[in-house]
Amino acid sequence: MSVTLRPAAVEEAQEALRGHERVLARGAGTKPALSSPPEGTVTLEVSGLSGIEDYDPEELTFTARAGTPLGEIEAALAENGQYLPFDPPLVAAGATLGGAVAAGTSGPLRYRSGGVRDFILGVRFLDGEGRLVRAGGRVVKNAAGFDLSKMMVGSAGRLGVMVELSFKVFPQPQAWATLTVDCAGLDEALALIGALATASFDLEALDLEPPGRLWLRLAGLSDAMPARLERLEGILERSGERLEGEEEGALWREVRDFAWVGGDAAIVKVALVPKRVRELEAKLEPLAVERRYGAGANIAWLAWPAERSAQDLDELLRSLDLAGVFLTGSPPRPMVGTHRGGAFAQRVKSALDPSGRFPEV
Amino acid sequence: MTQNGAGDGLLSALGAIYPPERILTSRAELAPYECDALTSFRASPRAVVLAESADEVVETVRACHRLGVPYVARGSGTSLSGGSLPIEEGIVIALNRLNRILELDPEQRTAVVEPGVINSQVSAAAAPHSLFYAPDPSSQSICSIGGNLAFNAGGAHCLKHGMTSSSVLGAKVVLPDGELVELGGDSIEPVGPDWMGLFVGSEGMFGIALEVTLRLMPSADRTRTVLSAYESLEAAGNAAAKVVAAGLLPVAMEIMDKLAIEAAEGSVKPGYPEGIEALMIVELEGDHETVDREFEQLLEVLEGAGATEVREPDDDAQRALYWAGRKSAFSAVGWLSPDYIVQDGVVPRTRLGEALAEIGRLSEEYGIRVANVFHAGDGNLHPLILFKGSEEGALERAEELAGEILRMCIRLGGSVTGEHGIAMEKRAFLPEMFGEADIEMMRRLWRAVDPAQIANRGKMFLPEDEPERGEALDSDAAPSSTAVAGTAGPPPGGGASGEARRDAR
Ligand SMILES: Cc1cc2nc3c(=O)[nH]c(=O)nc-3n(C[C@H](O)[C@H](O)[C@H](O)COP(=O)(O)OP(=O)(O)OC[C@H]3O[C@@H](n4cnc5c(N)ncnc54)[C@H](O)[C@@H]3O)c2cc1C
Repeated sequence: MSVTLRPAAVEEAQEALRGHERVLARGAGTKPALSSPPEGTVTLEVSGLSGIEDYDPEELTFTARAGTPLGEIEAALAENGQYLPFDPPLVAAGATLGGAVAAGTSGPLRYRSGGVRDFILGVRFLDGEGRLVRAGGRVVKNAAGFDLSKMMVGSAGRLGVMVELSFKVFPQPQAWATLTVDCAGLDEALALIGALATASFDLEALDLEPPGRLWLRLAGLSDAMPARLERLEGILERSGERLEGEEEGALWREVRDFAWVGGDAAIVKVALVPKRVRELEAKLEPLAVERRYGAGANIAWLAWPAERSAQDLDELLRSLDLAGVFLTGSPPRPMVGTHRGGAFAQRVKSALDPSGRFPEV
Repeated sequence: MTQNGAGDGLLSALGAIYPPERILTSRAELAPYECDALTSFRASPRAVVLAESADEVVETVRACHRLGVPYVARGSGTSLSGGSLPIEEGIVIALNRLNRILELDPEQRTAVVEPGVINSQVSAAAAPHSLFYAPDPSSQSICSIGGNLAFNAGGAHCLKHGMTSSSVLGAKVVLPDGELVELGGDSIEPVGPDWMGLFVGSEGMFGIALEVTLRLMPSADRTRTVLSAYESLEAAGNAAAKVVAAGLLPVAMEIMDKLAIEAAEGSVKPGYPEGIEALMIVELEGDHETVDREFEQLLEVLEGAGATEVREPDDDAQRALYWAGRKSAFSAVGWLSPDYIVQDGVVPRTRLGEALAEIGRLSEEYGIRVANVFHAGDGNLHPLILFKGSEEGALERAEELAGEILRMCIRLGGSVTGEHGIAMEKRAFLPEMFGEADIEMMRRLWRAVDPAQIANRGKMFLPEDEPERGEALDSDAAPSSTAVAGTAGPPPGGGASGEARRDAR
């Protein structure tokens, strides 16, 4: 049985960290591939470090403890007509703010608004020696010192234990609408994604369900919606199915929470660009892996079947020179495929965690 | 210290990489590289090399590492914080000849460029595809992508599109010991720790970016711009807060005060309303069906916020003129005063009115004129502190006032820099904003990435044996400090006279 520590305060977390040789942080554990401790590693659960510390709606910024459930944050923002534009996944499952940063996960809306990395303003974290470090700030613009907050995005508990985070947010659009169109196949769908890239049309989300279904999400003033939908159909040279209201919102919540991932398959995120989709499809198609492309085919979400090994996916991605990360399942290492960073990554890791308390990146 | 050419074999090492005409060592040749746009710091390096390829840069860094010679990379030399100030015992690696756009892929919305490419050239190349490069520092027609990346440059339109960091997807980098690494990639969404995000804004201290993959944005279907006038600077600041609070999300929201307006009218003549205390330019972008409606809402907010006049430009030419007035403000102030300091600080945007009132009070207390131009949408102030360098002690008093303004920013919960960086100018203020452990962590990072401490040594952190507080703005790395602040650095390639330097802005 592995040991789990639940500090209720930053000082306790520091003590807990210093008292153990191998430590891995966990929020709510919604991304177990990242938070399951390797052999001999103690779990430092930060859910006790929870709560919004400061939220000024007029400033459109907030600061919260790392273990705060995203649902609590989204609710507080919604009361003031605001939201998290990076659209974090697994909110309904209880995901925490710190977990979203550590996993570096953004949802469908990141296509237009940007990802976690574009909204994070500041962080307080414990390094591998248990020192409390602050970086960035609470204001929306800040160029003082190295941008350690960005580095924490996607760090998966390998570089530090976050205890507090500051973010900027956006005002909620008045209305949302979705257009779904079916293409003859992958080539046609990719051609449309390419055409939309230069079309001067504001799309919040652009998802591809292979081979040929496109999901296009719009936001803005409700009065303007019908005319925009019509113009969009003109750009696509075809009409689609329109969806608005409660149903529309529910649809995207299901997408971002991976309701489409069946059974015990593991959720894997892969970074790519649209022109790489065909190669990946050629490899995945024969394996009958469920998948979906987000952010205008800049992300591939895979449902990797439990009966297939993580190593197979690692090799598959390496052969394409793509990087991926397991969010769920129990791979030996969450990072798969070809990761960049090389000597820079090693040196940064050695500065933050000289005694190797956290798992390898 | 070693003399030029003597001792450690530096010049012969450089001679093995460059033809003689691309190694500058004479006083006259070095002069244009003595400073960047923060001209109160000057230092003459042992040599400047004009690199023309990434391989040459890598070879140079390796030679520097082997010989223990510090280096400073230089793009266009427009840093306002001393980022590209040379190190006397080191060399400058000029990157402005690495200026090729290597690839532009409209369907992926990416461009791959060399670091010396000028910011505005990226947008120019992307324009035929209805795309553009979003970060637009006022210096965009002269500053380089490498310099933008090193300083996480901002601009008027970063309010909606984010700083440089949001537009840099990947880079090939040579680390300070000559090792090559790739950071990030070409996708807008990274996987794994965001090494690229950490490298952006590292002020040249983590190595040199040799090739950069940029994110392009689709140009807007409709752009609407409005200029509004106010009876006081504070009223303008409060109007900006009201626009944000109304839930509008402008792409840009900029304020200029009376002095800045006067300067603009004296130079580019944008034709702003006459006799006003402050003006604000707000721009909305997006689909025309939305923007045209939001624009009506914006006008209502502005009128409700006490605007005395609200004006929409007649056409694109007039809009461009309104922006030219704003974007040339730093240089135009040269029209009002022989010397000035361009400051850069951030306050929470809800406290803009308060901050501006305090700057006004300080300006009166010191008897020093301060012109204000700033990015109101994100609370990023640019007070321009006017002084006459020829007057005994004037620079020191201007710097003292600048320091008070920065401390106010910290007190209000903001930052000592929004976009110009720490470099030389604000080394003494980093410890006022951050605690010891925070700064120690940054130093540890630098030491890990650059164990020999040769990349831009002396910037960002105070030398470790010096007291961390209360350091005046001159330093031992810049012994020939002259009393000229705020005049522009030499244009790329250099060699300009003092007059031309001011024109370059
Ligand atoms: C009139 C005027 C207006 C300005 N307006 C703005 C503004 O609106 N917003 C803003 O943010 N800034 C502004 N600036 C400041 C300046 O233009 C920016 O900081 C710009 O990013 C510097 O680019 P550069 O090419 O001149 O860099 P340089 O001054 O040559 O170098 C700056 C730093 O970058 C490092 N560097 C350069 N190239 C590389 C590379 N390839 N890899 C790693 N490090 C590198 C250098 O070592 C140095 O530390 C303005 C400056 C002036 C003079």
